Amino acid sequence: MTRRTRDRIIYAVVWLACLSPLLCLVWWGLDDQLGANPINTGLRFLGLWGLRFLVAGLAITPLRGWFGWHGLQRYRRTIGLSGFAYIALHLLTYIGVDQFFDWQAIVKDVLKRPYITFGMLGFTLLLPLAITSTNAMVRRLGGRRWRQLHKLAYLIAPLGVLHYDLLVKSDTTWPWFYAGLLAALLGWRVWQARTRRVATRPVSA
Amino acid sequence: MQHRLGPALPWSEITPQRLYLARREFLAGVGATAFATLASGTALGAALTAKPGPFRADDKPTAKEAVTTYNNFYEFGVEKDEPAKNAGTLRTSPWSVVVEGACERPGSYALDDLIKPASLEERLYRHRCVEGWSMVIPWIGVPLASVLQAAGPTPGAKYVAFETLYDTAQMPGQTRRVLEWPYREGLRIDEAMHPLTLLAVGLYGETLPNQNGAPLRLVVPWKYGFKGIKSIVRIKLQDSQPRTAWNVSAPNEYGFYSNVNPDVDHPRWSQKTERRIGEFRRRDTLPFNGYGEQVAELYAGMDLRKFF
Repeated sequence: MTRRTRDRIIYAVVWLACLSPLLCLVWWGLDDQLGANPINTGLRFLGLWGLRFLVAGLAITPLRGWFGWHGLQRYRRTIGLSGFAYIALHLLTYIGVDQFFDWQAIVKDVLKRPYITFGMLGFTLLLPLAITSTNAMVRRLGGRRWRQLHKLAYLIAPLGVLHYDLLVKSDTTWPWFYAGLLAALLGWRVWQARTRRVATRPVSA
Repeated sequence: MQHRLGPALPWSEITPQRLYLARREFLAGVGATAFATLASGTALGAALTAKPGPFRADDKPTAKEAVTTYNNFYEFGVEKDEPAKNAGTLRTSPWSVVVEGACERPGSYALDDLIKPASLEERLYRHRCVEGWSMVIPWIGVPLASVLQAAGPTPGAKYVAFETLYDTAQMPGQTRRVLEWPYREGLRIDEAMHPLTLLAVGLYGETLPNQNGAPLRLVVPWKYGFKGIKSIVRIKLQDSQPRTAWNVSAPNEYGFYSNVNPDVDHPRWSQKTERRIGEFRRRDTLPFNGYGEQVAELYAGMDLRKFF
């Protein structure tokens, strides 16, 4: 097997992995396995997978640092865009199915309900990242500016966790689990930045 | 013109196919006679006979499958599908209930003494959860008033406090402190004595499945569902407002009264609309869950934004 074929197979597997939650959801929906409140089940499922993919995307750089898994880098875009896709579907389900285009109620929700305000803010910030995800856009922006822009992910993922935490009625175990993961992934970056600064400080200063 | 979407017969008078087929086998057997008691003691409900009661909702009953698999009963897990999976550990027979406090006949009562099987009624009630979904459920039970009257309330009985069983072996969810255990609820005495307020022992013509609060639960159809405390072991008449589980957990979100009110939002979500389980579009939530004609006078002169 050539290296090219192997890479293509791995790519296909990653794609399928990203797509599989959606395929499961469609299958369960058609098979009437989403329980008594399928709209709510689907809404939560899509939002949760969106958050999981965002966290997975943020895990790639630390995993390279910890274990030297540099090969993961090439799948980061696919994973991040999957997160965007699930969150977009989550939002569309809220607007078109849960609220059935009741724009008045939706606008009121966004303005009045902190968890929806934070969720909507997170999605709005995610949009420019999705739009600038193509190679052409990376070239147009230049690597430095592109990287600056995509640091928004450090804000978007915590907004997602906050959105999750605020809608839960009393058992916040899972939101705290994701908050812990994010704290580790973002904390590692802060620690890296500090040690790098120390390392590059002129010795005589 | 009124349309009744549900069958004119109460559900209790329709013999499920599973049961009438089983009955033939049973009759062909040894001829032993078994009398149904209020607690089935098994995962499957036992058939209950009940006369049709008043306040029959004109709404279409929610599928039994949904009523018995989509439950909030944190004693068996916080996800909706967990109670139906986990509640098998609850032993509902024998079951006794302590009635105490400001009454003439306090004591510990066996379930069948507290609620006489002959007095059972079927009530088709709307059920509105504080989370924004609703169901229509054919309950079987007796008015709470009849049980309280039998206990003989004394003038100190201004409120009624209820408690759920506390037993971490039978209710494994109680090992996690997601709420203060045991679950507690309460009503003002006039709410408790109101003819709509029901002590339920069954639904859909059978004893309550464990996940629905077997063997004895409260049903207050004009209040949010969490007021309907499940698996009751203690009823106390008292002169002070009782502690209630959700109010203790988040006092700014869940009031003592918790009457269904589309004009008073939950701080984190709207209560204007609800999704009726089994329906696609949301529908408007009605004040007092559509029972305003019967209960609004209980709150005359009260600021329902303050006493939410």
